[in-house]
Amino acid sequence: MHVFFITFDPLSLLIDPLSHEFMRRALMVSALVGGVCGLLSCYMTLKGWALMGDAVSHSVMPGVVIAYALGLPFSFGAFVFGVGSVALIGFIKQKSRVKEDTVIGLVFTGFFALGLVLVSKIKSNIDLMHILFGSPLGISNSDVKQTLLISFIVVFILLIFRRDLMLYCFDATHARSIGINTGILHYLLLSALSLSAVAGLQTVGIILVVAMLVTPGATAYLLTDRFSNMTFLAVVSSVLSSVIGVYVSYWSDIETGGSIVLVQTLFFLLAFLFAPRYGIIKFNNSIDL
Amino acid sequence: MNSFTNQNSTGFLRIEAEQICVDYNGTLALYDASLRLSSGCICGLVGMNGAGKSTFFKALMGFVLPSRGKIRINGLPVSRAQKEQAVAYVPQNEGIDSSFPVSVWDVVMMGRYGSMNFLRVPRQSDVKAVWHALERVELLELRNKPICALSGGQRKRTFLARAIAQRSNVLLLDEPFAGVDVRTEKLMADLFIQFRKEGRTILISTHDLNHVRDFCDLVVLINKTVLAYGNTSEVFTKENLSMTFGGDQPDPISGSESID
Repeated sequence: MHVFFITFDPLSLLIDPLSHEFMRRALMVSALVGGVCGLLSCYMTLKGWALMGDAVSHSVMPGVVIAYALGLPFSFGAFVFGVGSVALIGFIKQKSRVKEDTVIGLVFTGFFALGLVLVSKIKSNIDLMHILFGSPLGISNSDVKQTLLISFIVVFILLIFRRDLMLYCFDATHARSIGINTGILHYLLLSALSLSAVAGLQTVGIILVVAMLVTPGATAYLLTDRFSNMTFLAVVSSVLSSVIGVYVSYWSDIETGGSIVLVQTLFFLLAFLFAPRYGIIKFNNSIDL
Repeated sequence: MNSFTNQNSTGFLRIEAEQICVDYNGTLALYDASLRLSSGCICGLVGMNGAGKSTFFKALMGFVLPSRGKIRINGLPVSRAQKEQAVAYVPQNEGIDSSFPVSVWDVVMMGRYGSMNFLRVPRQSDVKAVWHALERVELLELRNKPICALSGGQRKRTFLARAIAQRSNVLLLDEPFAGVDVRTEKLMADLFIQFRKEGRTILISTHDLNHVRDFCDLVVLINKTVLAYGNTSEVFTKENLSMTFGGDQPDPISGSESID
């Protein structure tokens, strides 16, 4: 398709793909999921939950397979296994002397392996590649509805409890000392994580979803010292990455999930190099703190 | 251990701890610790590292549940007192991520969260409280700075301002003088004396005996239990201090049976 690059004006590069129903849907879902995951990624990076995000996203695998086999919405199964994996991690950590990162690594690979085994054993129309690597271009109408619902719930949680969750990430001790129930905040954030992982799974797949939950937050963190600016920048960079990623994938015929995450990584690298205050390349007019 | 009320015994009882025992999975951290503090006093909590100072604070804040004993703050159970913003806690802050993207103002505003509605939208009174608190710790001109740009002393003052903004009657300060510059130390000492005038009750854990001599009305010497308690001039004897820091067995003095 890129043969036409030379003859078409640049605007048509953006508009042409929109004539396809599947492209409109892919762009909408990817942008939505990007925005939701971008918002959440601020909390994940500040709370230090990157590994937890990885764990949850891998652990939802058996849930997806079982839900399909039972004819349930796959997001339901994914949610149960996502939250379940975290509960199991907490339980094993508490009851044994094994360190937390080891427990996380152990639990999520266990769940992931269970998922792989189930896929090979349960005959269904699940395409393993779609779960692992996402397929926003082939997303179905019912999946769009599920994603919309999930996004709504996550954004609702994150907006209503915005300041409480920020305080919880920053100083949980203080939150407790002024009578805020941090246990509830912990599980709210975990639920948001599980739900976002399920949503992200549709666009970039299980393996890359952790990038959606970490990279935009890390990029924004390098650009600002204000939490509100950070959430804004993370959402913008994440939505942009999704849109650019889908377009690039369409025009150059490459894997969509990989393409989205590569754009995110590129944004991070730009911030890493050129961020005004925290970039590694300093300009003369930048202020050293 | 006899527990008695301090000299302002006409005042309202702010902190009551009766024979608190705390153990961590069978390891005894604190036993038979009693304390009664009324309004308008500064009390120093003195002991070696590992003597149970932090544990005592955690018990008073409800972060650890005593296996025995009773704690009342302003006459209320700890969780009720916290909900009513009766008690402010300033920890040592070694667990705080100092590169977190928040400004001084944001941090001090966190002291008001407990009094706001669940969306935590600041009202005029909250803005006033934060402004006033920042004035008292002399950080007003730095209010828009991100906390990563602060010095250690300024950061300490920020967290103290957060406790001030909370407008609690009871202040628990864990090693407030650890690692601060002389200016901050003077400012904090003056503030504590003002707080006492305002009728607040302050419990300060420290291992610096000079601070205790300078402005604490009362002192509690602890090593797993309360070794001595009372007016600073009476309690601060050579004998008591060597008992606190010399690692002697507390049993003969406290009169409590030996604990295994």
